[in-house]
Amino acid sequence: MSISVRIPPVLRTQTGGAKIVSVDGASLGAVLTALTAAHPDLREQIFEADGTLRRWVNVYVDGADVRHLAGLETPTHDGIEVVILPAMAGGSVAPVSAR
Amino acid sequence: MSSGGSAQLSLAGRPASVSLPRNIADAIRAHARAEAPREACGIIIGSAAAASGGAPLRWEPTTNVLASATLYEIDPAQLLRISIAADDADEVIWGIVHSHVASPAKPSVTDTGVAGYPDALYLIVSLAQSQSAPDGEPGIRAWWIVNREATEVPLAIG
Repeated sequence: MSISVRIPPVLRTQTGGAKIVSVDGASLGAVLTALTAAHPDLREQIFEADGTLRRWVNVYVDGADVRHLAGLETPTHDGIEVVILPAMAGGSVAPVSAR
Repeated sequence: MSSGGSAQLSLAGRPASVSLPRNIADAIRAHARAEAPREACGIIIGSAAAASGGAPLRWEPTTNVLASATLYEIDPAQLLRISIAADDADEVIWGIVHSHVASPAKPSVTDTGVAGYPDALYLIVSLAQSQSAPDGEPGIRAWWIVNREATEVPLAIG
Protein backbone atom coordinates (compact mmCIF):
# COMPACT_ATOMS: atom_id res chain seq x y z
CA MET A 1 0.00 0.00 0.00
CA SER A 2 1.53 3.28 -1.07
CA ILE A 3 0.58 6.50 0.66
CA SER A 4 1.54 9.95 -0.64
CA VAL A 5 2.83 12.36 1.97
CA ARG A 6 2.91 15.97 0.86
CA ILE A 7 5.87 17.89 2.27
CA PRO A 8 5.53 21.69 2.61
CA PRO A 9 8.33 24.02 1.44
CA VAL A 10 9.46 24.62 5.04
CA LEU A 11 10.28 20.91 5.47
CA ARG A 12 11.68 20.12 2.01
CA THR A 13 15.25 20.70 3.12
CA GLN A 14 14.76 17.59 5.25
CA THR A 15 13.52 15.51 2.28
CA GLY A 16 16.22 16.54 -0.18
CA GLY A 17 13.74 18.84 -1.91
CA ALA A 18 11.02 16.23 -2.44
CA LYS A 19 7.49 17.63 -2.43
CA ILE A 20 5.79 14.22 -2.33
CA VAL A 21 7.21 11.20 -0.54
CA SER A 22 5.51 7.83 -1.06
CA VAL A 23 5.68 5.34 1.79
CA ASP A 24 3.84 2.24 2.95
CA GLY A 25 1.80 1.88 6.11
CA ALA A 26 -1.61 0.66 7.23
CA SER A 27 -1.97 3.39 9.85
CA LEU A 28 -0.87 7.00 10.09
CA GLY A 29 1.68 6.00 12.73
CA ALA A 30 3.18 3.41 10.37
CA VAL A 31 3.24 5.95 7.52
CA LEU A 32 5.02 8.58 9.62
CA THR A 33 7.45 6.01 11.01
CA ALA A 34 8.35 4.94 7.45
CA LEU A 35 8.65 8.59 6.40
CA THR A 36 11.03 9.47 9.22
CA ALA A 37 13.03 6.28 8.65
CA ALA A 38 13.60 7.43 5.05
CA HIS A 39 14.20 11.07 6.07
CA PRO A 40 15.54 11.08 9.65
CA ASP A 41 15.87 14.89 9.78
CA LEU A 42 12.05 15.06 9.83
CA ARG A 43 11.78 13.05 13.01
CA GLU A 44 12.04 15.89 15.51
CA GLN A 45 9.49 17.89 13.53
CA ILE A 46 6.89 15.13 13.80
CA PHE A 47 7.44 13.05 16.91
CA GLU A 48 8.05 13.76 20.57
CA ALA A 49 10.90 11.77 22.13
CA ASP A 50 8.34 9.26 23.44
CA GLY A 51 6.98 8.57 19.95
CA THR A 52 3.73 10.50 20.31
CA LEU A 53 2.73 13.09 17.74
CA ARG A 54 4.40 16.43 18.46
CA ARG A 55 2.05 19.06 19.84
CA TRP A 56 3.10 21.72 17.34
CA VAL A 57 2.72 19.81 14.10
CA ASN A 58 -0.50 19.50 12.15
CA VAL A 59 -1.04 16.26 10.26
CA TYR A 60 -3.98 15.84 7.91
CA VAL A 61 -5.43 12.74 6.26
CA ASP A 62 -7.48 13.65 3.20
CA GLY A 63 -7.81 17.18 4.52
CA ALA A 64 -8.92 16.26 8.05
CA ASP A 65 -6.82 17.14 11.11
CA VAL A 66 -5.85 13.75 12.58
CA ARG A 67 -6.40 15.07 16.12
CA HIS A 68 -10.09 14.92 15.18
CA LEU A 69 -9.64 11.41 13.76
CA ALA A 70 -7.76 8.68 15.60
CA GLY A 71 -4.35 10.37 15.74
CA LEU A 72 -1.52 7.97 14.92
CA GLU A 73 -4.04 5.10 14.93
CA THR A 74 -5.92 6.61 11.98
CA PRO A 75 -6.19 3.86 9.35
CA THR A 76 -4.82 4.53 5.88
CA HIS A 77 -5.64 3.09 2.51
CA ASP A 78 -4.51 3.40 -1.09
CA GLY A 79 -5.15 6.78 -2.60
CA ILE A 80 -5.25 8.91 0.52
CA GLU A 81 -3.04 11.94 0.90
CA VAL A 82 -1.23 12.84 4.10
CA VAL A 83 -0.12 16.45 4.62
CA ILE A 84 2.27 17.66 7.33
CA LEU A 85 2.46 21.33 8.37
CA PRO A 86 4.24 22.89 11.33
CA ALA A 87 1.63 24.66 13.47
CA MET A 88 1.50 28.44 13.61
CA ALA A 89 1.03 29.25 17.26
CA GLY A 90 2.38 31.14 20.24
CA GLY A 91 1.24 33.98 22.40
CA SER A 92 2.23 36.65 24.83
CA VAL A 93 2.94 34.39 27.81
CA ALA A 94 4.39 30.97 28.59
CA PRO A 95 3.62 28.22 29.16
CA VAL A 96 1.18 26.87 26.62
CA SER A 97 -1.26 24.27 27.86
CA ALA A 98 -1.98 21.20 25.78
CA ARG A 99 -4.77 21.42 23.25
CA MET B 1 16.67 28.01 -0.77
CA SER B 2 18.50 27.30 2.43
CA SER B 3 20.65 24.25 2.77
CA GLY B 4 21.36 21.87 5.60
CA GLY B 5 19.19 21.13 8.61
CA SER B 6 17.68 23.69 10.92
CA ALA B 7 20.75 23.61 13.16
CA GLN B 8 22.80 25.11 10.34
CA LEU B 9 20.42 27.98 9.61
CA SER B 10 21.84 31.43 10.04
CA LEU B 11 20.78 34.98 9.33
CA ALA B 12 23.57 35.56 6.82
CA GLY B 13 22.36 36.91 3.49
CA ARG B 14 18.92 37.95 4.72
CA PRO B 15 17.47 41.37 3.92
CA ALA B 16 18.61 44.05 6.39
CA SER B 17 15.12 45.56 6.37
CA VAL B 18 11.69 44.69 5.00
CA SER B 19 8.72 46.66 3.83
CA LEU B 20 5.01 46.04 4.13
CA PRO B 21 2.40 47.74 1.95
CA ARG B 22 0.20 50.19 3.87
CA ASN B 23 -3.01 48.36 2.89
CA ILE B 24 -1.76 45.11 4.43
CA ALA B 25 -0.64 46.89 7.62
CA ASP B 26 -4.03 48.59 7.88
CA ALA B 27 -5.85 45.27 7.44
CA ILE B 28 -3.69 43.61 10.11
CA ARG B 29 -4.42 46.42 12.57
CA ALA B 30 -8.15 46.28 11.82
CA HIS B 31 -8.20 42.50 12.37
CA ALA B 32 -6.29 42.87 15.67
CA ARG B 33 -8.76 45.49 16.89
CA ALA B 34 -11.77 43.43 15.80
CA GLU B 35 -10.53 40.33 17.64
CA ALA B 36 -9.51 42.08 20.88
CA PRO B 37 -9.45 41.14 23.71
CA ARG B 38 -8.48 37.85 22.10
CA GLU B 39 -5.18 37.57 20.24
CA ALA B 40 -5.65 37.83 16.48
CA CYS B 41 -3.65 35.94 13.86
CA GLY B 42 -3.16 35.58 10.13
CA ILE B 43 -0.79 34.84 7.28
CA ILE B 44 0.91 37.02 4.67
CA ILE B 45 1.48 35.27 1.35
CA GLY B 46 4.52 36.32 -0.65
CA SER B 47 6.24 35.85 -3.98
CA ALA B 48 9.23 34.17 -2.34
CA ALA B 49 10.46 33.64 1.21
CA ALA B 50 11.02 36.80 3.24
CA ALA B 51 14.48 35.43 4.08
CA SER B 52 15.32 35.43 0.34
CA GLY B 53 14.01 38.92 -0.29
CA GLY B 54 10.53 37.94 -1.52
CA ALA B 55 7.77 40.53 -1.57
CA PRO B 56 4.52 40.37 0.43
CA LEU B 57 1.49 39.92 -1.85
CA ARG B 58 -1.62 39.60 0.29
CA TRP B 59 -3.01 39.19 3.80
CA GLU B 60 -5.13 36.24 4.91
CA PRO B 61 -6.77 36.80 8.30
CA THR B 62 -7.37 33.54 10.19
CA THR B 63 -9.21 32.29 13.24
CA ASN B 64 -7.41 31.90 16.56
CA VAL B 65 -8.70 28.47 17.59
CA LEU B 66 -7.46 29.02 21.16
CA ALA B 67 -9.69 32.16 21.41
CA SER B 68 -7.41 33.48 24.16
CA ALA B 69 -6.11 36.86 25.27
CA THR B 70 -2.61 35.43 25.69
CA LEU B 71 -2.29 32.52 23.23
CA TYR B 72 -2.98 31.89 19.59
CA GLU B 73 -3.04 29.02 17.18
CA ILE B 74 -4.01 29.50 13.56
CA ASP B 75 -6.98 27.29 12.71
CA PRO B 76 -5.35 24.12 11.30
CA ALA B 77 -8.04 23.81 8.60
CA GLN B 78 -7.36 27.36 7.40
CA LEU B 79 -3.61 26.77 7.59
CA LEU B 80 -3.99 23.72 5.34
CA ARG B 81 -6.12 25.55 2.77
CA ILE B 82 -3.86 28.61 2.64
CA SER B 83 -0.61 26.60 2.57
CA ILE B 84 -1.70 24.27 -0.23
CA ALA B 85 -3.14 27.10 -2.34
CA ALA B 86 0.08 29.10 -1.98
CA ASP B 87 2.31 26.14 -2.78
CA ASP B 88 0.21 25.21 -5.83
CA ALA B 89 0.54 28.82 -7.07
CA ASP B 90 4.32 28.87 -6.49
CA GLU B 91 3.82 31.36 -3.68
CA VAL B 92 5.06 31.03 -0.11
CA ILE B 93 4.26 31.80 3.51
CA TRP B 94 5.97 35.21 3.74
CA GLY B 95 4.81 36.29 7.17
CA ILE B 96 3.06 34.88 10.22
CA VAL B 97 1.16 37.53 12.15
CA HIS B 98 -0.36 37.69 15.61
CA SER B 99 -1.37 40.35 18.07
CA HIS B 100 -0.37 41.03 21.64
CA VAL B 101 -3.29 42.80 23.25
CA ALA B 102 -1.46 44.33 26.21
CA SER B 103 2.26 43.63 25.85
CA PRO B 104 4.99 44.86 23.50
CA ALA B 105 5.31 43.57 19.94
CA LYS B 106 8.20 41.32 20.94
CA PRO B 107 8.20 37.51 20.69
CA SER B 108 7.56 35.73 23.97
CA VAL B 109 9.28 32.54 25.06
CA THR B 110 6.15 30.79 23.83
CA ASP B 111 6.50 32.40 20.41
CA THR B 112 10.14 31.45 19.96
CA GLY B 113 9.63 27.95 21.34
CA VAL B 114 6.88 27.05 18.89
CA ALA B 115 8.10 28.91 15.78
CA GLY B 116 8.52 26.43 12.93
CA TYR B 117 9.01 28.66 9.89
CA PRO B 118 12.59 29.99 9.96
CA ASP B 119 12.42 31.52 6.44
CA ALA B 120 9.25 33.50 7.19
CA LEU B 121 8.91 36.74 9.11
CA TYR B 122 7.06 36.73 12.39
CA LEU B 123 5.12 39.96 12.69
CA ILE B 124 3.55 41.07 15.95
CA VAL B 125 1.06 43.90 16.24
CA SER B 126 0.66 45.38 19.71
CA LEU B 127 -2.55 47.06 20.85
CA ALA B 128 -0.81 48.44 23.96
CA GLN B 129 -0.99 52.23 23.92
CA SER B 130 2.68 52.55 24.79
CA GLN B 131 3.62 50.56 21.67
CA SER B 132 1.86 52.79 19.14
CA ALA B 133 3.60 53.87 15.94
CA PRO B 134 4.40 57.61 15.55
CA ASP B 135 1.08 58.09 13.72
CA GLY B 136 -0.83 56.67 16.69
CA GLU B 137 -1.64 53.36 14.98
CA PRO B 138 -0.84 50.06 16.72
CA GLY B 139 2.86 49.27 16.40
CA ILE B 140 3.93 46.37 14.18
CA ARG B 141 7.37 44.81 14.49
CA ALA B 142 9.00 42.05 12.45
CA TRP B 143 11.27 39.26 13.62
CA TRP B 144 13.23 36.29 12.34
CA ILE B 145 12.85 33.36 14.70
CA VAL B 146 15.62 30.87 14.01
CA ASN B 147 16.82 28.19 16.41
CA ARG B 148 14.45 29.60 19.07
CA GLU B 149 16.15 32.96 18.89
CA ALA B 150 14.33 36.12 17.78
CA THR B 151 16.13 38.88 15.85
CA GLU B 152 14.30 42.06 14.94
CA VAL B 153 14.24 43.28 11.33
CA PRO B 154 13.52 46.96 10.71
CA LEU B 155 10.05 47.17 9.13
CA ALA B 156 8.94 50.03 6.88
CA ILE B 157 5.23 50.49 6.23
CA GLY B 158 4.00 52.16 3.07
